[in-house]
Amino acid sequence: MIRFDEVTFTYPGAGRPALRDVGLHIAEGELCLVTGRTGVGKSTLLGAVNGLVPRFTGGRLHGRVSVAGQSTENFPPQEFAHLVGVVGQDPLAGFVTDTVEEELAYGMEQLRLRPEVMRKRVEETLDLLGIAELRRRALRTLSGGQQQRVAIGSVLTTHPRVLVLDEPTSALDPTAAEDVLAAIIRLVHDLGTTVLVAEHRVERVVQYADRLLHLDGDGGVRDGHPADLMADSDVAPPVVRLGRLAGWRPLPLSVRDARRRAGELRARLAAHTPAPAGAAPGAVRLTARRVTVAHGPTIAVRELDLDLRRGEVTALMGRNGSGKSSLLWALQGSGPRRSGTVDVAGTDPGTASARTARSLVGLVPQTASDLLYLETVAAECAQSDRESTAPPGTCRALLDSLAPGIPGTRHPRDLSEGQKLALVLAVQLAAAPGVVLLDEPTRGLDYHAKRRFTDVVRELAAQGRSVVVATHDVEFVAGAADRVVVLAEGEIVADGPTAEVVVSSPAFAPQVAKVLAPQPWLTVEQIVRALATEEVPT
Amino acid sequence: MTYRLLPFGRPLPRTVHPGAWWLWALCLATCAGRTTNPLLLIMILAVCGYVVVRRRGDAPWALAFRMYVLLGAFIVTMRVVFRIVFGGGQGEHILFTLPQLPLPEWAAGIRLFGPVAAEQLLGGCYDGLRLATMLVCVGAANALANPKRMLKTLPGALYEIGTAVVVALTFAPQLVESVLRVRRARRLRAGGQKGLRALRGILVPVLEDALNRSLALAAAMASHGYGRTGRTAPGARLLTGFLVITGLLGVCAGLYGVMDAASPRYLGAPMLLAGLAVATTGFLLGGRRLRRTRYRPDRWRPGEAVVVGSGLLAAALMSVTTKVNAAHLYPSLNPLTWPEVSLLPTVAILLGALPAWLAPPPELAAEPAPHGTAAPAATGARVGEPVA
Repeated sequence: MIRFDEVTFTYPGAGRPALRDVGLHIAEGELCLVTGRTGVGKSTLLGAVNGLVPRFTGGRLHGRVSVAGQSTENFPPQEFAHLVGVVGQDPLAGFVTDTVEEELAYGMEQLRLRPEVMRKRVEETLDLLGIAELRRRALRTLSGGQQQRVAIGSVLTTHPRVLVLDEPTSALDPTAAEDVLAAIIRLVHDLGTTVLVAEHRVERVVQYADRLLHLDGDGGVRDGHPADLMADSDVAPPVVRLGRLAGWRPLPLSVRDARRRAGELRARLAAHTPAPAGAAPGAVRLTARRVTVAHGPTIAVRELDLDLRRGEVTALMGRNGSGKSSLLWALQGSGPRRSGTVDVAGTDPGTASARTARSLVGLVPQTASDLLYLETVAAECAQSDRESTAPPGTCRALLDSLAPGIPGTRHPRDLSEGQKLALVLAVQLAAAPGVVLLDEPTRGLDYHAKRRFTDVVRELAAQGRSVVVATHDVEFVAGAADRVVVLAEGEIVADGPTAEVVVSSPAFAPQVAKVLAPQPWLTVEQIVRALATEEVPT
Repeated sequence: MTYRLLPFGRPLPRTVHPGAWWLWALCLATCAGRTTNPLLLIMILAVCGYVVVRRRGDAPWALAFRMYVLLGAFIVTMRVVFRIVFGGGQGEHILFTLPQLPLPEWAAGIRLFGPVAAEQLLGGCYDGLRLATMLVCVGAANALANPKRMLKTLPGALYEIGTAVVVALTFAPQLVESVLRVRRARRLRAGGQKGLRALRGILVPVLEDALNRSLALAAAMASHGYGRTGRTAPGARLLTGFLVITGLLGVCAGLYGVMDAASPRYLGAPMLLAGLAVATTGFLLGGRRLRRTRYRPDRWRPGEAVVVGSGLLAAALMSVTTKVNAAHLYPSLNPLTWPEVSLLPTVAILLGALPAWLAPPPELAAEPAPHGTAAPAATGARVGEPVA
């Protein structure tokens, strides 16, 4: 169905090719997962399928990409609309119309289908994706998971034979991600659609994939069965790392496979208890009482009480739209707060000046790059020192401790997601706040960057700061957080130590916990440490 | 399809053709344009408001009506304020006297402040109210009909222009949203800059965001098949473009000729007609070339005829009034009299309210429960809000 013949692609001005001598043949009805670290060219590979690369990106493509015999060399992306459906990373950015029904019909209008065919297909697609009740809703008012399903629906109506999805579940909470994945799997199984999907959160998709394409970072693509490639992949989900550790063959890819083999490991671990992530938390740094945030008629946060302690990492979880971001902004003092009090060392950051608020509570927002506007990293650091009245070099030193080796002359936009996050964090830490709030920091980070970031967060806590991370990423929470607070409709529905809250929850439990339940293990690292102490005496 | 033209025959909920609402609103606006009588104008406002409340949907654009009303109030206020500040001394009923500002010689003829007469204030009020009413009529059309659907009813050859306008309309609120987001983020850094430097801190991220979005949108539209030309020969495309552009240039030259008495005669009406003909040919050719269909197009049905009919009837009666009995349409300010209302214009305006009962009601977005699984993503998004 999709054929790459000796494809080499180089971005304009790039020293080396993003794809090198890629030869692939993807058969009809395959679900193909594309993995690799951030920036290795996953999106490039996906974009090449219908010719958006190089026609919309520039650069030179050698070789031939064809879908159902039609080559991207001879036809623009428009002429692939009936063959290839493409869903980008941010569904909202790709919406052309403004209501669900019109968006579903848009592609068909372009393909000149008859009105009665369009009507029928819209109804079928609404049912297939379970979004029939949303048909007249405005697209901007939908939640992330609903938007993603509408975006998939809008390309499905033209009955494409290939579906290309770039990070379809990265921004979604675990439940919404499962809805989207269920829809995709249904397409593969019922309609025989060929699906090519790139995903950072490999743990969500790998168990369903027929085939894995792994990009090594040097432009090459390794192609094979998921279980074979995962044996030494540099982006491996926890369940795979657990399998490697325990020496299971073939490697389990799903929690179910792993759990069926985990009896022996569970027996071995029964003698151990997981080491706590950090030291016991200290004095209270921030006290919030009856905090309420309202956006128009919607109550985002409802009379919420929260205490944040020194040296504690708190994870804030809950579905999209449950009030996590609103709460963080209200705690920092820059966001709206309808009523309630926030107290940090005797001062309310909501009524203090922006400068004082910043030295009490630092916030890294969801779109971290909103904070960056200068041309070089060095200029951003210098500006941050001035803003924080810190001695020159403070921000740069912080940046080097978070992510060493970023050249000062680099433009902030050219940094990788992880480096950008480190820069914004350094900019905020220059004011030396005692409380640090992070809104969805792990979006767009691969496993390595996430592990590094986990260390950064633990280090901040070890320095006596209180850290709050709002996130959907259960694996990150398992590794980094001492305490989990779950929000629903602006209220706290669970609050306690990570192991307690997370292990019992079907949606928020990390893979290791699911495999080893009822034992309270959360991460592979904990097990490595426990087994290491066991092997020393023998 | 049975449609009973009776007040108690309740029409089925459906979307009314946006063109019908626009025509209705324009008719009411012409009514407003023919009078300065505040009683009649307020009646028109009431009719617009009532129809909007009864027949608007729950989409975001439907909620913009309030903005138009506020803008109207602002216009009236400004008119009155201007009359106080610059008002000449017309009128005998002096309400109060403000200290007059002495102005230099060269500004002779302009007076700042001074005595304020009732006639002067009322004149400003009537004028402002007329303008505000016309604006509210347009606002009513915007609230009742999706502006984007209106653009979609454009002929095929204008499709590209329509799409561009639709995209621009979508981008405006997104741009506002990014500005708000970035400004909030600025406070996080406590930049404390003023003026140009602060502006730069906001503009750079916002513009970058907008550029990224437009690239993503362009790519998405292309992948959806926007601009598929199929197997049209490049020559045909070139010909269409040439015809349209030449024709429009001809229209421009023709208009100039018509308006400028000194230009030669052939540059006037003949040029205009020739230009129009060439451009139309281009549009028709282009329309035939485009391969596109419409999903659930709005059709012209009896409901639409009722809406337009009520508007036209109102406008026609009003126009008759100006011929027959125009005295009450422009209440006298000198001597100052109480505005009076006669039967004919009242009936005309009340006819305009008929769509409140006779037009098909809109289909509301499903999910009457305000707390669905989806919390509104955007702040201030108001979904499922009960209408009226």
